[in-house]
Amino acid sequence: MTQTDTAQSAALSTTKDSLPQLHEPRNPGMPLDMDLIQSIQANTSAIERRAATLPGRRSVKKDYQAAWLCRAISCIDLTTLSGDDTEGRVRRLCAKARQPVAPALLEALGLPDLTVGAVCVYHDMIPAAVDALAGSNLPVAAVSTGFPAGLSPYHLRLQEIRESVAAGAREIDIVISRRHVLTGNWQALYDEMAEMRESCGDAHVKAILATGELGTLRNVARASFVCMMAGADFIKTSTGKEPVNATLPVSLTMIRAIRDYHEMTGIRVGYKPAGGISKAKDALTYLALIKDELGDRWLRPDLFRFGASSLLNDIERQLEHHVTGAYSAGWRHAAG
Amino acid sequence: MSTVKEIFETMDYGPAPESAAEAFAWLVDQGDRFGHFIDGTFTEPGQTFESRNPGTGEVLAHVTQATQADVDAAVAAARKAQKKWAKDSHARARVLYAIARLLQKHSRLFAVLETLDNGKPIRESRDIDVPLAQRHFYFHAGLAQLMDDEMPNRTALGVCGQIVPWNFPLLMLAWKIAPALAAGNTVVLKPAEYTTLTALLFADICRQAGVPRGVVNIVTGDGAVGEMITTHPDIDKIAFTGSTSVGRRIREATAGSGKALTLELGGKSPYIVFDDADLDSAVEGLVDAIWFNQGQVCCAGSRLLVQEGVAERFHAKLKRRMDGLRIGNPLDKCIDVGAIVDPVQHARIAEMVNARSGGELHQCPAPLPAEGCFYPPTLITGLTPADPLMQEEIFGPVLVSTTFRTPSEAVQLANNTRYGLAATVWTENVNLALDIAPKLAAGVVWVNATNLFDAAAGFGGVRESGFGREGGWEGLAAYTRPAKQGKPLALVKPHMGEGGPADPLDRTAKLYIGGKQARPDSGYSQAIYSPRGALLGHVGLANRKDIRNAVEAMNAASGWGKTTGHLRAQILYYVAENLSARADEFAKRLNAMTGNTKGKHEVDAAIRQLFTWAAWADKHDGRAKGVPIRGVALAMNEPVGKIGLLCADDAPLLGLVSAVAPAIAMGNRVTAIASEPFPLAATDFYQVLETSDVPAGVVNILTGRHAELATPLAAHLDVDAVWSFSSSDVSAQIEAASARNLKRTWVNDGLSRDWYAGGDSAEWRAAATEVKTIWIPYGE
Repeated sequence: MTQTDTAQSAALSTTKDSLPQLHEPRNPGMPLDMDLIQSIQANTSAIERRAATLPGRRSVKKDYQAAWLCRAISCIDLTTLSGDDTEGRVRRLCAKARQPVAPALLEALGLPDLTVGAVCVYHDMIPAAVDALAGSNLPVAAVSTGFPAGLSPYHLRLQEIRESVAAGAREIDIVISRRHVLTGNWQALYDEMAEMRESCGDAHVKAILATGELGTLRNVARASFVCMMAGADFIKTSTGKEPVNATLPVSLTMIRAIRDYHEMTGIRVGYKPAGGISKAKDALTYLALIKDELGDRWLRPDLFRFGASSLLNDIERQLEHHVTGAYSAGWRHAAG
Repeated sequence: MSTVKEIFETMDYGPAPESAAEAFAWLVDQGDRFGHFIDGTFTEPGQTFESRNPGTGEVLAHVTQATQADVDAAVAAARKAQKKWAKDSHARARVLYAIARLLQKHSRLFAVLETLDNGKPIRESRDIDVPLAQRHFYFHAGLAQLMDDEMPNRTALGVCGQIVPWNFPLLMLAWKIAPALAAGNTVVLKPAEYTTLTALLFADICRQAGVPRGVVNIVTGDGAVGEMITTHPDIDKIAFTGSTSVGRRIREATAGSGKALTLELGGKSPYIVFDDADLDSAVEGLVDAIWFNQGQVCCAGSRLLVQEGVAERFHAKLKRRMDGLRIGNPLDKCIDVGAIVDPVQHARIAEMVNARSGGELHQCPAPLPAEGCFYPPTLITGLTPADPLMQEEIFGPVLVSTTFRTPSEAVQLANNTRYGLAATVWTENVNLALDIAPKLAAGVVWVNATNLFDAAAGFGGVRESGFGREGGWEGLAAYTRPAKQGKPLALVKPHMGEGGPADPLDRTAKLYIGGKQARPDSGYSQAIYSPRGALLGHVGLANRKDIRNAVEAMNAASGWGKTTGHLRAQILYYVAENLSARADEFAKRLNAMTGNTKGKHEVDAAIRQLFTWAAWADKHDGRAKGVPIRGVALAMNEPVGKIGLLCADDAPLLGLVSAVAPAIAMGNRVTAIASEPFPLAATDFYQVLETSDVPAGVVNILTGRHAELATPLAAHLDVDAVWSFSSSDVSAQIEAASARNLKRTWVNDGLSRDWYAGGDSAEWRAAATEVKTIWIPYGE
């Protein structure tokens, strides 16, 4: 870690732990550098080997495990993205976001103010979510731009962003046009991303790459870099609707791109794996991956989020086990 | 102790220790004092020494230093058990399978004990060493089952003495014992004195697996015990893994003993990163190459070669990754780098690094534990090939680095070493990878990966990294010999006489070097007489300078190994054709020299051999090994290189052709020293070579005294192998002299060979080639 990194971590640690603190300058982007994009390599089998051995190389136990699981909670974008979402369902989720773990357990852990990182909903649910989270300072994230396929008319996709921001979303999760990646049309991807970022205004933008549909890790690496060059604040794996969502190899590929971008520009871009992370143990592995590959600074909700819906319940059970010493049951913890 | 709330901020890893309670309980059950395992039982402890945990310095147990009587008892038990053990390959398969199952059942006990004893991270013993050891026994259970079908002409060697190192105590034991047992041998194994405990646990397992008494014997102690095994007269083979200097001493000590020998020695393996590589993955590969097992790995990728254009960026990435390595308690499940095996090794590493002549040093800044034997991961950049640290094996977590400009320069630098164990190549260009891999002087090449191992894939080196392969069919072959053995071979003496020339016109037989007829450097000649005393001609008496010249000629013919098998076949057929055209003349010459009438028979047999080897020239295919990765492990048969040959005396033409033909068919270059008593068939034969498009320097023929030429030939540092079928007693001197560069030797130990029998092509092909295993993981 550099001096600056340490200073920033220190600054963060003095703030109230439950609140995501956005200290980092936003990613202003940079001109598209095609030479750089073309030179990016990703060796799939080597990346898979690294990913496969990571869980065996890193282990956190006892109080450390409990603390890490709490950190994981603080980085969750608690999500509901279903066709049958209602305002009632969203309010329930928001209540869970504010009080993700039973108060007694949080008291025992010494983290009574712990909340999740954000709540993530469809555009129509933004007002209900903003209302339900009022006073908590928890941001509402909205999926946008014709989520999940991203194939609605382009001008409508940009308009959707603007309307979501106007409705109170502080974070916008956009989906990229996969066809630009699959046809190697990096300029089109860059332009699209840049315009979407502009449409977001002050809201932070997370670029969903839909990695399960990009064909190769090389494409994932290149698309990650193009989106960062075009100003994405976060890059995110998946909509949760693709056949394959967040995986460790994909994550490794994307965070290495984030690291390279940081080395080149000094700008820290955030990372959000989404879909398929449902076990506490998986969450620990992801945190270890981030810690080892990107550094401690990224282990904060302003630079790291889990896109997850069922992960929280498994973590709650592990935390109760930590506090009581007995294995827990899912129904003992409040539904979201 | 930090609170959850504090850790929530720091996000430290914290301790994650694996319990050692079960392993300590096992040690206590054994009384913390161990004897040897001989003839199926543990002996009473004798004079003991301490076995320490390098992670803490604590004494783990007391282990017995074997005496000569112990070693004798172990060898006697092994000898007694061997015949019965060799009889039933299915019974062997069952026992090996049982061992594999038991290793699996007790996997955590083995892993924890290994880490306590050796200091390697529990992650490695648990996820790598122990599973690979299990896999080795499963695989060899299969080889035992199939051996009778697949290797009908081979038989077990007998009693094998096996000496294993401390860096992979259990895994190296598995690599030694599994193939030896599969082939029907019995063993006397000595673990390293630093790391004896898992071998003793393995002995315990052998009892449960139903290994018959005497089949596995384990004696413990230091190098003195190794020496007792090495020099024991009733041992048939020595298999050694360890340092090149000890390997060299073993080669010298076993010279002329008739013992088979395989050596798996040191290395300074290159790790080549091209500018189009996935640099992050190549950096991660280095973690597995040089910081795996604290760099105490014979095949560690310890010599980094980076293409100049990406060197700075690569080194920056590497340093960043190094700085994140966690060093500490080997039993902690969250550390990357454990303890150095012993303070002696630690001091050696520190001394070498401190004595460095140049370069910039970067060390992982993580604090080292206060107790125990730890050395930080180290990178030294900016070295040149001339720096001693670029040449000498450090055997610790120290990576040295230099740069290259072009692929050919990468190959040149990679091969600029006395060693040749392993090599790693990183590039996304399949053309480049597949071009470079065969050019590297190494027994194993990993493409876009490193330190991949499997029982199905051969492992072993070239040059001073030793010889023999472990794993696969080729590894099993090293524990067998031909079922048919020769009889004692009497010295074939030249005929003497005082008569005049048989042919009124003097024909001058010269040496044949680099495609030219050359007078001997000595200026001396020897008369060759018929049995009745007629003067048949003179041959030159070659000396060491002629050998030097012949080796230079072989060097100049380096393109031969790169020719196609098809071309080599055509040339061998052409040699056969031209020999056939002069068959009568050769038959007469043979009859005149030997005084018998078998000349025509011998010429026919020689022509048949040429056809056999023309046939094999394009058919000695490699294999694609079924290793458990998504990828292939190609076992490529590469020529050994430059072979020195002392020809059979008793079959002056057939002996020459039978050895030269397989050698050149497989792409080698040969310097043959003709039958000493009957050299004129060989000197006639160079005329056949001259007319058959054999390129200059591929075959060189010298004449002279075997006893005088054997040593300079075997000592020549630029010769890769020496074969001897001479009736002179030169086997011992060849094996002793070969120790200098650890060249491969194949000597007759004074036994005859039936040159007319045929059916032995597998033996010749194995001698004429080295298996190089090229691992190519793939996937996009």
